[in-house]
Amino acid sequence: MADIMTTVGIWLAAFFTLSIFSFLYKDNPFYKFAEQVFVGLSAAYWLVYTIYNILIPNLFDKLFTDFAGNWVLLIPMLLGIMMLLRMFTKLQWLSRYPLALMVGTSAAMSMLLSFKSDFVEQMAATMINPFKFASAVDVVGSIMVIAGTLCGVFFFYFSKKQEGFYKVPSKIGIWFLMVSFGASFGYTVMARISLLIGRLDFLLRDWLHIIK
Amino acid sequence: MKRNLPLIVAFVSGVVILIAGFIPRDPFPRIESTLIDWFMIISSFAILLGQASLLRMNVIRVAEKAPNWQYYLAGIISFGLMLAFGLLWGMEKTPGLLGQGQGIVSQLGVKPFDYLFENAFIPLSSTMFSLLAFYIASAAYRAFIIRNFESNLLMLTAVIVMLGRTSFAPMLTGWIPDSLGWLRLPELTNFIMQYPNTAAQRAILISAALGIVGASLRIILGIERSYLGGGK
Amino acid sequence: MKMPERSVVERRIVFLLLVLAVALPIIFPLGLKTQSTPLTEQVYDLVNSLPAGVPVIISFDYDPSTITELQPMAEAVIEHAWKKGHKIIATAMWPQGPQVAEMAFKDVQARMEKQNPSVKKHIYGEDFINLGYKPGGLVTIQGMGRSMEAIFPTDTSGLKYAEIPMLKPVRTLKDIRYVISLSAGDPGLRDWIMTANGKFNVPVAGGTTAVSAPGFLPYVNDQKQLHGLMGGLKAAAEYELLLGYEGTASLGMNPQSVAHILILAFILFGNIRAWKKRKADKLAQEARHG
Repeated sequence: MADIMTTVGIWLAAFFTLSIFSFLYKDNPFYKFAEQVFVGLSAAYWLVYTIYNILIPNLFDKLFTDFAGNWVLLIPMLLGIMMLLRMFTKLQWLSRYPLALMVGTSAAMSMLLSFKSDFVEQMAATMINPFKFASAVDVVGSIMVIAGTLCGVFFFYFSKKQEGFYKVPSKIGIWFLMVSFGASFGYTVMARISLLIGRLDFLLRDWLHIIK
Repeated sequence: MKRNLPLIVAFVSGVVILIAGFIPRDPFPRIESTLIDWFMIISSFAILLGQASLLRMNVIRVAEKAPNWQYYLAGIISFGLMLAFGLLWGMEKTPGLLGQGQGIVSQLGVKPFDYLFENAFIPLSSTMFSLLAFYIASAAYRAFIIRNFESNLLMLTAVIVMLGRTSFAPMLTGWIPDSLGWLRLPELTNFIMQYPNTAAQRAILISAALGIVGASLRIILGIERSYLGGGK
Repeated sequence: MKMPERSVVERRIVFLLLVLAVALPIIFPLGLKTQSTPLTEQVYDLVNSLPAGVPVIISFDYDPSTITELQPMAEAVIEHAWKKGHKIIATAMWPQGPQVAEMAFKDVQARMEKQNPSVKKHIYGEDFINLGYKPGGLVTIQGMGRSMEAIFPTDTSGLKYAEIPMLKPVRTLKDIRYVISLSAGDPGLRDWIMTANGKFNVPVAGGTTAVSAPGFLPYVNDQKQLHGLMGGLKAAAEYELLLGYEGTASLGMNPQSVAHILILAFILFGNIRAWKKRKADKLAQEARHG
């Protein structure tokens, strides 16, 4: 029975794959059906995992097994319920409290952490001695890192109009950004093609058995 | 009052986290730990809210027989099935309300939740995103036109990187002597990624970090209030 | 029957050519070989440098939409860590993470047994553990820095943290010897870099989809914010090469390479067409005013 169900499963997977691919020809009922099934499965998946991975072990288990030691968890539970009240227009204002707590906490935390890792450490990483390298390629590259970073940051300075001499580092910054966007485009093509490879591999190997 | 009190909550929680970042002495680390534990639990309810809103919207569309209501019904049914399977028999090692479901596992080979995950969710999710490959191919043919020096630079870099990250790259430029080895496609691609790309991305990171600091301060100080939504 | 517009026909031809460019090399592999790059070698060296018995975290921060790129990386890193005797703790910042983690552990064990039937069978709870999904990104990771047990009171099967043998020496994130985050977006690698490395000085390495890879390169620096980066299917193929086997990523490089050439051809033809059109428009304008 398990073997039959495995085969049924592969055909189900192939059906959904081809339904989504049919959109490339034009929008059609199979695609619409597959799209909504995906939405439903995705939502339910997330809900089940939220219940089993967070609400039960981090909240309900603790409250039921040791209420005296964990009664304070009633507060986030109450805040969570207030969050759910966002669905009702008259009670929406109650959801602002848990939102404010979350937003305040995450804003402060990301401010501290990103200032250190994305500002201080990045500035330190730019303060290199380009001439310490033996190879000319690395020397030129390191000079490019320093110049490119400074000019790139200059480009993003919008508080003063960039005219006259100030246009020069901005222009150089744009060139470095264009090189970076070109590299990002190349990598994006790589990523998108990889996704297609996976699906065609499934269809040819697991479904049609053209490849062993 | 309905807007001012939440702003005070955001201010207090933000300031406590900021102080705890610099003063690792009681009570700040304990308050920080508590806030972190609460954050995870409240996030879970936010996820619940999202799913509940989605379900409500779909039910309304089906009840009002909106255009394409049959598809929304299919969405609701698939949601219900996946939820029921997950709650009753759990997934992988996690037991459900009816335990590990050995009986049903012997029929299906895996739990029903995992069966739907492997044979419906994975194909749907992967295929949905694999459509992007076709769109990028179509865009490459119609939209990536060289117009000026900057777009030339972008396209030249893209060509080098796209060729350099293939298995053809060593063959195409293997004939270049070692003295000019940096011109070989794989080495040239590594150079572009390691130096000019890093420089530009670093500039973006530094500028974004300053933006994050500005935006976070505005939120903590109550200047930015859009997260509270409209109304009084 | 009404004929479709020329642009629609062109688009369908482009799609068909792309399918052929990807499908044919899958069916008839070209036998192309890949070369490793310094970024992937750094990740390899990090895993290789540590002795047996150390606890490590592999964070599965992706969903099935990027499984083609990230799952081969996950399997390669798991195999390497197991061969080195590291104790793997699987976590996830994305809800589908725990499930793809289970798939990866099963597939790696099966492949290792196929290669060598007498290979050690890795035991759940002693050699690896799946602690499941937690939301919150950097806030949650910060919590792990204070107490792992507070964030993960149980594993995915319901076993209490204190009852799991391999977790006894792991009280906080600082007891972890490295974190490898396989990340498709946010939350993911950036949060691990900012928190695990930035605040707790835990070595972090990463695998990302090719789309995100260029944005993480500034973190590969002398400050060792990132100990190497695997970006995309090619990096997964490189890691397989370093481990000495040809997996799905290595086989995927055949169609990947052919498709890249096709995309470049599309760009070339598109530009030639645009140039011809500009020239024709210019001539027409000159004729009108001439």
